[in-house]
Amino acid sequence: MATDTEVLVLGGGSTGCGIARDLAMRGLEVTLVERGNLTHGTTGRMHGLLHSGGRYAVSDQASARECIQEVDVLQDIAGHCIEMTGGLFVQRPEDSDEYFQKKLTGCRECDIPARVLSGAEARRIEPYLAKDVKRAIQVPDGAVDPFRLCVANAHDAERHGARIETHAEVVDLLREGDDIYGVTVRHDSGPGKRTHKTPGTTEDITADYVVNATGAWAGQIGAMADLEVAVRPSKGVMTIMNVRQVDTVINRCRPKGDADIIVPHETTAILGTTDEEVEDPDDYPEEQWEVDLMIDTLAELVPILKEARTIRSFWGVRPLYEPPGTGTEDPTDITRDFFLLDHAERDGVGGMTSIVGGKLTTYRLMAEKISDHICDKLGHSASCDTADVPLPGSENLEALEDAMDEFGLRSPVARRSTQRLGSRSREVLQTTDPNPVICNCESVTRAEVQDAIAQSGSDLNAVRIRTRASMGNCQGGFCCQLLANELHPEYDEETARAAYDELFQERWKGERHALWGEQLSQAMLKYALHATTYNADGDPARTGTDVNFEAFDGGQTDTEAGPSGVVATDGGPRNRGGDQ
Amino acid sequence: MAITDDVLVIGGGLAGTVAALSAAEHGGDVRLVTYKQSTLRHATGLIDVLGYTPEGEGPLADPFDAIDALPTGHPYERVGTDAVRDALLFFDALTGDTYGGAHTDSNALVPTSNGTVKPTARYPVGTAPGLAADPADTLFVGFETLPEFDGPLAAKHLEAAGVPFETRGVTLQFPGIKRADAKVTRYAHLLDWDEAVDIGRGETGARAALAAGVSDALEGETRVGFPPILGDDNHDVVRRDLEERLGVAVFEVPAGPPSLPGMRLEDQLYHALEEAGVNVTTGVPVVDYQAGDGDRIEHVLVDRKGQQVPYAASEYVLATGGLVGKGVDSDRTHVFEPIFDCHVAHAEDRYEWFVDDAFGDHPFASYGLEVDNELRPQDANGDLEFENLRAAGAVLSGYDFAAEKSGSGVSLSTGYVAGDRAGAEVSG
Repeated sequence: MATDTEVLVLGGGSTGCGIARDLAMRGLEVTLVERGNLTHGTTGRMHGLLHSGGRYAVSDQASARECIQEVDVLQDIAGHCIEMTGGLFVQRPEDSDEYFQKKLTGCRECDIPARVLSGAEARRIEPYLAKDVKRAIQVPDGAVDPFRLCVANAHDAERHGARIETHAEVVDLLREGDDIYGVTVRHDSGPGKRTHKTPGTTEDITADYVVNATGAWAGQIGAMADLEVAVRPSKGVMTIMNVRQVDTVINRCRPKGDADIIVPHETTAILGTTDEEVEDPDDYPEEQWEVDLMIDTLAELVPILKEARTIRSFWGVRPLYEPPGTGTEDPTDITRDFFLLDHAERDGVGGMTSIVGGKLTTYRLMAEKISDHICDKLGHSASCDTADVPLPGSENLEALEDAMDEFGLRSPVARRSTQRLGSRSREVLQTTDPNPVICNCESVTRAEVQDAIAQSGSDLNAVRIRTRASMGNCQGGFCCQLLANELHPEYDEETARAAYDELFQERWKGERHALWGEQLSQAMLKYALHATTYNADGDPARTGTDVNFEAFDGGQTDTEAGPSGVVATDGGPRNRGGDQ
Repeated sequence: MAITDDVLVIGGGLAGTVAALSAAEHGGDVRLVTYKQSTLRHATGLIDVLGYTPEGEGPLADPFDAIDALPTGHPYERVGTDAVRDALLFFDALTGDTYGGAHTDSNALVPTSNGTVKPTARYPVGTAPGLAADPADTLFVGFETLPEFDGPLAAKHLEAAGVPFETRGVTLQFPGIKRADAKVTRYAHLLDWDEAVDIGRGETGARAALAAGVSDALEGETRVGFPPILGDDNHDVVRRDLEERLGVAVFEVPAGPPSLPGMRLEDQLYHALEEAGVNVTTGVPVVDYQAGDGDRIEHVLVDRKGQQVPYAASEYVLATGGLVGKGVDSDRTHVFEPIFDCHVAHAEDRYEWFVDDAFGDHPFASYGLEVDNELRPQDANGDLEFENLRAAGAVLSGYDFAAEKSGSGVSLSTGYVAGDRAGAEVSG
């Protein structure tokens, strides 16, 4: 028995979630399926730059103009997901004056506010910039939390009646003749919120229209219906520092190149990136030289990076695309614009459009254009409100300041919590139950963790992307077990254990790329704590070892040290408050 | 003019303190120099000797059979099984009736705060009533403001681990705790001093209030496990008082840092150092050394507020810890020992320092110094680095203490042997 919906969106990244929200607000019935967590693909693996457009001001002015317009919009609708840090395009002595001038002119042509600073002025803003930095162009770049942004879009789509299914992988496109009418998905643990160890199921979802918003995976989806979508996945590395060495986005002012940006992101700074085409977006090498390149090259701009501590590295895959016949050799030259491929027009197969290319900063505008197209296809007339209606968490942000000290939290914890939750702070944090801190690195309390669990089920990685728990210096060393504890009793012991194991291994994946110095020491502490103190590696419940308990020391029961001794207390102060 | 002693021990953890104590038994002047808070405060206070073989076989009911079979280069192989036994006797004498486990060669299985069991050879008496081989039904009590220990979840997990008794857990409010972020020492002090707490209908002592809550929750269990917050200075009194009030055995379940059982052991060790007349210099790092005649260390340099002060001795013991304690450090291309630059064998490519499974067989976990049977560090050619330097504890290579559950036992045994040999040199 198939379930039916009007529009089926494939992919839970920024594009998919943006489309789902837009269409749901226009009154259409929407279902979104995502094979992992929200942001699991490319969205959760980006450097967090909110583009002023400066980076495209020379090479792609149309994109640059869209960026600066959308930055304005996002300040209104997504204030709790972004931080307007400002940005600098920094010129070193060896960098071209001609390009510096082109960049400045380009920014002005695109209406991006741009101001030239001397080296000394730039260093007053960012004291760790290299002494020999020559000049800089100041632009309104910012930082965006892609997790929070995506989750807020999905959450709002749900409020407008959409169905959001994570851990639901598309295993087939349903096609009859020249019409695509739905998909078959495999639910990792049954439909609804994810619960570990629940048996998987498959479901056919039929729809009036299907949107393939799977980005770098769009080619794989297309192939299920014999459609070619020539997406060119291109990988890039990002290296996360333990603190914010800079509070402003630092761009290298030169035409193009690897390792040319530092984005301050929450408690960290993210170094990026590279651009290298890969065959398979799920399987590509992650290599030492890429991490070393980030540190060594960006240290030319900010020398202390050379000795600073990195906490992990991760790789993302861009969904680059160019129309057939363009033939660009170097992936850095491929446009960052998005393409709407209507398979009816292109291939004579109706019922589906694929979206490829694009970038996070303009996700909303993309979603609007795509939603217009779909409404047109379905003959549905409704206007787009996404530029005017704030996302949940970004409503009435100015009232937030007043509510800061209401939640009985220490002020640094309250500040961090309210930054993440925005206007949802009151709803989430107002509790009469004790609300201890679960993750100290990122100041995440039980109430915030429980709110995330209520949204996402037993998946602690989904809790992580909603709260930042386990994303700080200790990489979950001190909070993995505490997070698993929070799942109980709503979820049973076996589920909590599986969730801990999954989070622990996921954290390790990125930590491996930061294992020297301080972070190797941290990794050893984490390993020692979880193996020595918790014996998580030798746990009979995990290994299945049948332990002969009788063979072990049961204690010395025949002496005064024995158990259940009703032994008179031998002094010591007691009962100052009176006995009962 | 250098500060001069017979034996200088660098590092104030379990290995360093035991080395200083065993050296002092020979009668010479012994000094211990420590920098940061020792890793004892992170540890559970349990003395694990060997819970699993290097191949992962275990939990081992008897660690001594397996010690005899350890490969060349393992710290236990270096010092020999008899030395491990001697070191345990030394520890038993030192800790007296505050520790259990001396009556048998067998390991005990201790419930952990995440609800599994781990093998260990010696355990604080406050942990003794909780041993998993004892088939007594158990209630685990957690507190809603202490998120590391979830009593009901730990109980279910122990059941899944197959323990031979019934388990159940409850979560209670801790009497007198108003703030959700109170430190563990606050809980301990409420019980230590039996402070008056408000229970809504007047005040009562913290111990009585706690016992009343637990008593209501008991359903015939004959023992109760708590997180390790049952008093600090008056731990034993607190635990026995609760046993008396509840009429059942009371024990602590070891947990992660900050760990009161670890701090209690640290207090005992430092008290013993004072008794033994060891000079303890705290809060200063040893940063360098001066070589003397032959292959000897003339003196080490201690950084005192930016000034490098020489500390001289005839014999030195390096007990600065492993990667956690920074006795072994690294950069992007090297793993090294930062004071004497003793040889540390490691792969050239840092991507070969680890494996892809988080609990896999990580090479980094056993990086450290290679030593001879006298625990003297050797260079890459197998020659002595220095004639008068010995190494003990986690700075040694050849074992993965986390996987083997052998950390405290190795620190104890090698600290004991290194201190004993150093002391014998100067008295001999």
